[in-house]
Amino acid sequence: MTFINYASREINCKIVYYGPGLCGKTTNLQYIFDSTAPQARGKLISLATETDRTLFFDFMPLELGTVRGFKTRFHLYTVPGQVFYDASRKLILKGVDGVVFVADSQEERMDANIESLYNLEENLQSQGYDLMKIPYVLQLNKRDLSNIVAVEDLASELQRKGEPVVEAVASTGQGVFDTLKAVAKQVLTELRKG
Amino acid sequence: MADTPILLREQQYHQIKAVLARLRMDSSAKVVFLVDKDGQEIASQGEVGNLDTTSLASLAAGNVAATGGMAQLIGEKEFPTLSHEGEKESIHISVVGRLLLVVVFDERSSLGLVKLRSKQVSQQLAAMFEEIAAGDYDDLDSPFAGITDEDIDSLFS
Repeated sequence: MTFINYASREINCKIVYYGPGLCGKTTNLQYIFDSTAPQARGKLISLATETDRTLFFDFMPLELGTVRGFKTRFHLYTVPGQVFYDASRKLILKGVDGVVFVADSQEERMDANIESLYNLEENLQSQGYDLMKIPYVLQLNKRDLSNIVAVEDLASELQRKGEPVVEAVASTGQGVFDTLKAVAKQVLTELRKG
Repeated sequence: MADTPILLREQQYHQIKAVLARLRMDSSAKVVFLVDKDGQEIASQGEVGNLDTTSLASLAAGNVAATGGMAQLIGEKEFPTLSHEGEKESIHISVVGRLLLVVVFDERSSLGLVKLRSKQVSQQLAAMFEEIAAGDYDDLDSPFAGITDEDIDSLFS
């Protein structure tokens, strides 16, 4: 849910990274955090288990710059990917302005991608959103691995509405900012429509 | 249905800040925040200093969301207040409609006083936000109405 403060001239939007367990959602945020100037971002908060699996969410505020005198801030969240954390995933989608679905390109994770995407559609619906209408990007992560599904096959299985598809290797940063840019652009375009 | 965006006029913002300033004084608190349930900080008052208010807002919302989820599982609508008491610093959170009133306090105050004062301003804040939600904003120029694709691209250059 966008928050526009005319007194402090700020706009805040919320973007959620969604996807199956170990697909690289936290890695996306970690890369953005590591490669952004400290004055443009806040802390990266990770509510994780002792084995570094996301327990509730990761959070990072990122300031992109000024549009027409308004500071544009994006709050980036990830959800816990493991199936049994569904209640938490639902909560994090509350007030979302844009979604990135991070798919794991490995053959053996295809079913997990499909299940997670179905879960996203369902959870969005329970919060009053429609995946077909919300700003949305599909990221195909882990393109550097050897056992991966071809881009066309992944897209035909996972693409829902002609959304931008970005190939990525989040651990090295490939495609990470392209993904963020693609979703942020859609969010801002939605705001323009009013 | 998903919540509508919050558009805050300058005057409304200053009114909210004034209410928070009074609450802070009356409860002898260190910092008082107003946060929306999605984790966006709306306004704050007090000794903010080096405190990371953005993260605190997001975590407060996550905290309320998680305990709200637990409430529903045991048949409650929500838990309207949450308190966390530390050795020196404590936090009290009250749910006010779609907002969270977060009060950070230390030994100069007490949980009882903070609870009492928070409750007293909650209704006032709820009424102010009802007005904000029902307001007519046609006269406000959306900062995004006239932006071009180039403006958006320039954010990423």
